[in-house]
Amino acid sequence: MPITESDIEKIAQLAHLEITDEERRAFTPQIAEIVAYVEQLNELDTSRIEPSIGGLTPEGERTHAIREDAVRPSLGQELALDQAPDPASGHFRVPKVL
Amino acid sequence: MTGYSFAMNPSNTIEALRSRISGQETTARATAEAAIDAAEKLNATLNAFLQIDRRGALRRAEEIDAGAVAAARAGADGASLLGVPIAIKDNICVRGLQTSCGSRILGSYHPPYSATVIERLQAAGAIIIGKTNCDEFAMGSSNENSAFGPVRNPWDTSRVPGGSSGGSAAAVAAGIVPAALGSETGGSVRQPAALCGIVGLKPTYGRFSRYGLVAFASSLDNIGVFGQSVRDVAAVARVIAGRDPLDSTSADVEVPDYVADLKQVEEGVRGTRIGVPRSLFGEGLDEEVRASVEAGLEAYREMGAEIVEIELPHAKYSIAVYYIIATAEASSNLARFDGVRYGFRAEEAATLRDMYRRTRDEGFGPEVKRRIMLGTYVLSSGYYEAYYRRAQQVRSLLKRDFHHAFESCDVIATPTTPTPAFLLGEKVDDPLAMYLNDIYTCTANLVGVPGISIPSGLSAEGLPVGLQLVGPYWSEGVLLRLAHAFEQARPLGARPRVRAFE
Repeated sequence: MPITESDIEKIAQLAHLEITDEERRAFTPQIAEIVAYVEQLNELDTSRIEPSIGGLTPEGERTHAIREDAVRPSLGQELALDQAPDPASGHFRVPKVL
Repeated sequence: MTGYSFAMNPSNTIEALRSRISGQETTARATAEAAIDAAEKLNATLNAFLQIDRRGALRRAEEIDAGAVAAARAGADGASLLGVPIAIKDNICVRGLQTSCGSRILGSYHPPYSATVIERLQAAGAIIIGKTNCDEFAMGSSNENSAFGPVRNPWDTSRVPGGSSGGSAAAVAAGIVPAALGSETGGSVRQPAALCGIVGLKPTYGRFSRYGLVAFASSLDNIGVFGQSVRDVAAVARVIAGRDPLDSTSADVEVPDYVADLKQVEEGVRGTRIGVPRSLFGEGLDEEVRASVEAGLEAYREMGAEIVEIELPHAKYSIAVYYIIATAEASSNLARFDGVRYGFRAEEAATLRDMYRRTRDEGFGPEVKRRIMLGTYVLSSGYYEAYYRRAQQVRSLLKRDFHHAFESCDVIATPTTPTPAFLLGEKVDDPLAMYLNDIYTCTANLVGVPGISIPSGLSAEGLPVGLQLVGPYWSEGVLLRLAHAFEQARPLGARPRVRAFE
């Protein structure tokens, strides 16, 4: 099923992207071409193959990665807000939600 | 300027620099100043640096000089990277410097902490001179996707340096620094290393901590090392490798002394079985690249290696697998850039949702949007099984291919890239053609194995060509030894037109 401009608009909304008409016209054939290319995977029978989730090696899987559940110093409010575009009274301020 | 040269000058390897600084033949300050002067001077031509930290680097160098005098009096050896200037890709956090990821959405964002690899470099005495340009969020193979303009290839400034770590590659190739860090998700260190005529190492997944590397595709991302020589890459890799409790994917595996292990050059090659998947040397492979790689294999044979034919039956699917998994993971990782906690926020949005959408529209460039949308599509309801799950299954088949291959060979050799450096603008409107650049490199990321690119020669036009070696998990030491032997037997013997020192 070919990808249409309205599919692209829907995907953009799902991805929280606002795209221009021009971008939509450019992206539609490009994304359609890439999707058509990746569909070559359909020629393989993968019905009995376990998917590889994540990138860990066997040694990585065996590595004990859970730390002790202990309180540690963290960034702190001042530093955490230091790079915020609109901090206010120790919080991140955003436009109204509803 | 102190009149020394890093480029192609054996007296300016990391080891030589370190010993001259610790022996007080020169100072860390003079060394850092020369590197910074060169970086500033060449930036008009190469655009390799997004930030050059003259003040911080010189202050750090002065501290090292003061410490080196004290250490010399006490008779101590210096740290292994004492006073060595290093450049860092601008998606790896360095406290006090910006981390833009080549994107407007982060702009001049200053992270409150340093990556573990940076802490380790600094503890070994390295001096970070600046942050290097890259494709936006490391998405690209030409550096043309940077929001701050493309990097140019020091061998021919009308051509791309490769990507996404193009700024780090150009800085090393031009001799500004002996080594630099990059990152790679599908070949973003090895590919620009090949196109710029230097050495580039991608480690085993889990070998170098990624704490402080801005995430693109978490099951594929690695930090990698560029160097003018294999020995310099080994010197940096030795410092940054090893388990880090701050990165749960970093593995608890012993790190060999990569530098000391380079000594057995002859024994390193004799009897090594080099597997060659010739069925992949087909469509799209430039004739000169093929010839250079074949000549490289012949050189290995002369050094006592055995060349064996191997098959990787699913490698031809790797780009398709890669672009499903990488974009899916990217669409999730890049959701955090929403204008709330850091970076850029679009003005005058009435609601939160509008603010998100406008911030991301104005903040991200076209390639990042394209990949976020592709990733959103392959993960969306009704398509997940058909694309994402299937790609992960084919990834299992690829792992199996490599496992079988390593039963009959010790390492696998291929070209690093299908062609030498292409022209700026040549592929910018054709994303799929750009993606095909990663055909020889992205399989190593999907499988998690290490790979190295070494210069194998020059094309008729004088552009560098790279030979890639890929080994089993944790075989970085073997790759470095084989690459070192090649470098000794077949030194490139040419230098780029744009360079820091004569």
